[in-house]
Amino acid sequence: MRKSTLFLTITSLNLIFCALLALHARICASGPGALRAPSRELVRRLKLTDLCLFTEARYTRNPAMADRHAPFQDHPMALEHFPTGSLVTPPSVHRETP
Amino acid sequence: MKRSLERHRNILDFALSSLSRRKGKNLSLLAVYSLIVFIIASIVFFTQALKREAGLVLQDAPDLVVQRMVAGRHDPIPVAYAEKISAIRGVSEVKPRFWGYYYDAVTGANFTLVACDDPPPAAESIFIGSGVARTCRLSEGDFLPLRDLNGAPALFSVQEILPAASELVAADLIQMRGDDFRRLFDFPRGRATDLAVGAANQNELKTIAAKIVREFPDTRPILKSEMLRTYDAVFDWRSGMVLVVLAVAVLSFIIFAWDKATGLSAEERKEIGILKSIGWETGDVLLLKTWEGVVISLSAYFSGVILGYLHVFFFSASLFEHALKGWSVLYPEFRLTPVIDPYLLCVLFLLTVGPYVVATVVPSWLAATVDPDAAMRS
Repeated sequence: MRKSTLFLTITSLNLIFCALLALHARICASGPGALRAPSRELVRRLKLTDLCLFTEARYTRNPAMADRHAPFQDHPMALEHFPTGSLVTPPSVHRETP
Repeated sequence: MKRSLERHRNILDFALSSLSRRKGKNLSLLAVYSLIVFIIASIVFFTQALKREAGLVLQDAPDLVVQRMVAGRHDPIPVAYAEKISAIRGVSEVKPRFWGYYYDAVTGANFTLVACDDPPPAAESIFIGSGVARTCRLSEGDFLPLRDLNGAPALFSVQEILPAASELVAADLIQMRGDDFRRLFDFPRGRATDLAVGAANQNELKTIAAKIVREFPDTRPILKSEMLRTYDAVFDWRSGMVLVVLAVAVLSFIIFAWDKATGLSAEERKEIGILKSIGWETGDVLLLKTWEGVVISLSAYFSGVILGYLHVFFFSASLFEHALKGWSVLYPEFRLTPVIDPYLLCVLFLLTVGPYVVATVVPSWLAATVDPDAAMRS
């Protein structure tokens, strides 16, 4: 077999595999959302406001609820204590002034 | 047409033979290149999926949350505010929320305690998230000791473990009765952590928030749109986490492409000289080098994207776990619903394949334009 034929076959297989992944994503996204249902039910019932992604500090556990002073609780020049605190900061620039 | 196709196939054959002659170098090149694409693709998939998940899961979050601020800090809000807020036109319901954090000295984990009587757990019983059950090795019927404000232990019976599918919102959650919550934290009577406000018409939310601030200047209303936007901002490419990982990956790629662009090896120059001396045109040499670049970059792109997809959606982005975990003891185990954004994949394709092919062709073009004799002797 020619090397070019082998390369083109592998590339075509890669393309087909990518198309299958796209199909997989589409099928999962258009599903009944059964996986998401328990989370939505808890959010509705307990009136939750945040995802439980970072549990190490209160302002990373509930970034939507955190006040702007929270990451610098010791003093304004304090270094950030928590690793995720440097990744997740309160998005002050997006605050709407009602 | 057929002849042109055959010419390309012949040159592709030659390019593949040329690449296989330097098998070790090119395979390591392919591995590094695939790794960079894999990291960038994983970030793209992970952040897109989390943003989408946050948007869908938090659809039923309160329309508006009203906090009380004292000296720039969140403070318990008087429940009496709820009556006045519910009198504002457009407000459909106001419910006080009772919640707080609890640091468990035994495991070193932080729990989120929520008081909710819908449905109420039995007295001195709790519903716990799967993350709490995993961290404390608890099952239904076991007891969880929590220390109250005075340091005295209070035993709570685990009545139910919340479904594992809800870990994304409830891994660290402990739901208890309102009375138990107040007793545990000695929570002041007539106060709540904050107020959840519902509005009949979503378009009126901003007006309602403005009226609340006017009526109660010590409050801070947080709209649902702001809660949702928080996750857009956290997982935006300009945010901390994504920027750090993305910058490292992009810088690695730039160094990698720069190394490639700064020159050819003596062997490659010699090869170009020989090809020119046996009658290859400069155009043929450039086509050969373009195909070499396409073979490497296309293979790396496909393998990086496919592995990135499998990593995020089949292996729960396990490589990012440590970055997300930080110092936290309790970390949710969740599966994300796959999302593929064709636009971002096209951008990734253009940003990785394009520069690499250019970085391969330009030095070859410089070498191909010199005299074959000089190229062979260099």
